[in-house]
Amino acid sequence: MAQKRLLMKGNEVIAEAAIRAGCRNYFGYPITPQTEVMHYMAKKMVQIGGNFVQAESELAAINMVYGAASAGFRAMTSSSSPGISLKQEGISYIAGAELPAVVVNIVRAGPGLGGILPAQGDYFQATKGGGHGDYRNIVIAPASVQELYELTVEAFNLADKYRNLVMILGDGTLGQMMEPVAFRDEEPIVTYEKPWATNGRGYNDDGSYKREHNTITSIYIDPDVLEVKNNELQAKYELIRQNEVRYEAIGLEDAEIVITAFSTCSRISRNVIRQAAELGIKVGMIRPITLWPFPTQAIADAAAMPNVKAFLDVELNAGQMIEDVKLAVNGAKPVYFHGRLGGNLPTQKEILDKIVAIHEGGKV
Amino acid sequence: MAIVFEKTEGLTGKPFHYCPGCTHGIAHRLIAESMVEMGILGTTVGVASVGCSYNSYEYFNCDMVQAAHGRAPAVATGIKRTLKDKTVFTYQGDGDLASIGCAEIVHAAARGEKICVFFINNAVYGMTSGQMAPTTLLGQVTTTSPFGRDASYQGYPINVAELLSNLTGAAYVERVCMTDFKNINNAKKAIKKAFKVQQAGLGFAFVEFLSTCPTNWGKAPLDAMDWLKEKMIPQYPLGCFKGEDITVQALDEMIAAKAAGEEVKA
Amino acid sequence: MIDFSIILAGFGGQGILSAGKFAAEAALYEGKEVSWFPSYGPEMRGGTANCSVVISDEPIGSPVVNDADVVICCNQPSMEKFEASIKPGGYLIVDTGMIKIKATRTDINVIELDASGIADEFGAMAYGPISMLGCLSKATGCFSRESFEKSLYEVLPERRHKMIPGNLAAFDKGAAAV
Repeated sequence: MAQKRLLMKGNEVIAEAAIRAGCRNYFGYPITPQTEVMHYMAKKMVQIGGNFVQAESELAAINMVYGAASAGFRAMTSSSSPGISLKQEGISYIAGAELPAVVVNIVRAGPGLGGILPAQGDYFQATKGGGHGDYRNIVIAPASVQELYELTVEAFNLADKYRNLVMILGDGTLGQMMEPVAFRDEEPIVTYEKPWATNGRGYNDDGSYKREHNTITSIYIDPDVLEVKNNELQAKYELIRQNEVRYEAIGLEDAEIVITAFSTCSRISRNVIRQAAELGIKVGMIRPITLWPFPTQAIADAAAMPNVKAFLDVELNAGQMIEDVKLAVNGAKPVYFHGRLGGNLPTQKEILDKIVAIHEGGKV
Repeated sequence: MAIVFEKTEGLTGKPFHYCPGCTHGIAHRLIAESMVEMGILGTTVGVASVGCSYNSYEYFNCDMVQAAHGRAPAVATGIKRTLKDKTVFTYQGDGDLASIGCAEIVHAAARGEKICVFFINNAVYGMTSGQMAPTTLLGQVTTTSPFGRDASYQGYPINVAELLSNLTGAAYVERVCMTDFKNINNAKKAIKKAFKVQQAGLGFAFVEFLSTCPTNWGKAPLDAMDWLKEKMIPQYPLGCFKGEDITVQALDEMIAAKAAGEEVKA
Repeated sequence: MIDFSIILAGFGGQGILSAGKFAAEAALYEGKEVSWFPSYGPEMRGGTANCSVVISDEPIGSPVVNDADVVICCNQPSMEKFEASIKPGGYLIVDTGMIKIKATRTDINVIELDASGIADEFGAMAYGPISMLGCLSKATGCFSRESFEKSLYEVLPERRHKMIPGNLAAFDKGAAAV
């Protein structure tokens, strides 16, 4: 039965969702605008007998996640852009050691210390690697507080399923806002065996060991061994590409212009579609829910539709996801861009004006 | 015929890659033997670090996790917090622990993390070919202090054991060396005491091993031992800096009480 | 009702953010889509606080409000900052106990209320913004008094239910000023 809708802050919902997903290990370091995740965890984890450690740095926090995940437990950390930059070392090691972990990035405007208001300038960092080496994180971009809840729960399942890091990519808007959320009575937690975990060899009754010793590592000095390891990782990523692409498509069947936007920008764009319809312009939208794996095929299919004349990519950055959109469109249709920087959000009017300009002359 | 010496099952049997005369091998063996003798090899998780001992996970026959440079105490924190009834140790060198991992080691000690840290101090970066370490002695020649470490230019060595012993969360801090039988036996006692401090739940336990690096010191193994005694010990005096008054007997009683479910008084 | 937007602004500690939450809760009680978004940016410096509330029959786009249907001002800097953000035909609700300047716009509806006077009368600062919610409800109908009352009983913990009659009285005083 669907539960009553509660008004809750995005950051608190992330924390509650993680707990509902069975995560009992949170390690973090304060940074605006995600600190409420920590506040919630600091209280709740103690109450339910979980672990909460305020680490000395983001570096330490991500490595505590590494340790807890090595031991076979669901573990997470959360931060915002500058802090996520610091975590990149650990994120690369987690990829190399194939540990399941969930990392939340409530993005703020950069570069450098930047500002504390919402942005999507970490798209490249999140989807293209961020740290060193050939690896991929599953990157999920919720667009509402309800989705923050459902997709955070799902993130823990995906992390365990693929022994992979899953990043929840939000922004200051999503983290700070309150919206209604309806929690399920029971969470769809999938339990995976973790025979690889370093949790002690254990003893049999006769004093012998239950198994050989387990090792969690990301170092392979022999190039041939490391190449095999890398090929295994790539095969896993290919499997994720095949199985886990998620997106929402709206009104493509008769759209003249298709907006591509994720998270906060998709919310604003959704209302623009309604306003454009009032002006007689048919606008559709493809909203990637997974930023990696990216819905390349869905966008390519839309680009092949005769009714679709152009794309408009809307982001809170100088144009990052648009590179993936253009790769998918592959020159079939023009791709226009509207972005805001510094922590500002586009208004519906700005986006609508762009739509009108594209519709009238194709020149923007 | 009585067996007087055998390989410990605490080690995997894989031949060490360490240079001749390096004391990593002794420290490995002492830790491995201690785990077996204490009956905790099957309930221990170790954390390897970055440096010459990066692959100590291939030698220790308990579960092992390899950590990023300097982060072993944070990784160990994550493990110990989730596996409260298991024993967790890190094995770190001086570049790893005293340079890049300074924040992690200080805060793990300050939090009183119930882990053991085994710190190999050989006053030099070994694996990356002999650069100056935070523990390099004044006047010591390394590849990055080619004219000898000059205090006015490169600052002073860090005495990690003394530093950490000032933190309330550190329950036991001792410095040992492995230059002769007596000192090797002392080192093993320190290892066992550190494990017991953890088992008793008293807090952070730290053993610093003064170690040799004949290759990067440019000395024959025996000369390296002499250099350690003559040069290193004056800078890094041996002894117990914290928790000297905690006797092994008292620890055993605390562990027994804990096993029986009683409240332990620290 | 599509994207009906409200900005509440005043000093930190005046109960502005809580009043915004109560407004959102009341509309949520009516089955509406709602969002609440606090200022957490540099404007928090200097002691000002504000939040945006959006109420809608459709999913809400941006929770950040640039052009508001209603602005509730509880101090003078807020008035100076947000008067220009009101849509033509929208509402400006002013706490005349705190704000000595007059609204300059003529294309909006201005409601004046001595909210801080009401707060003094009821003995706590938080009653001021609550009385202004009474104005908001009465003037715009974006949520009803009944929803406000029922949502208070749902949202507040039992131990704080004794404060509800006071809140309702403050709410009614505000509504009476419209």
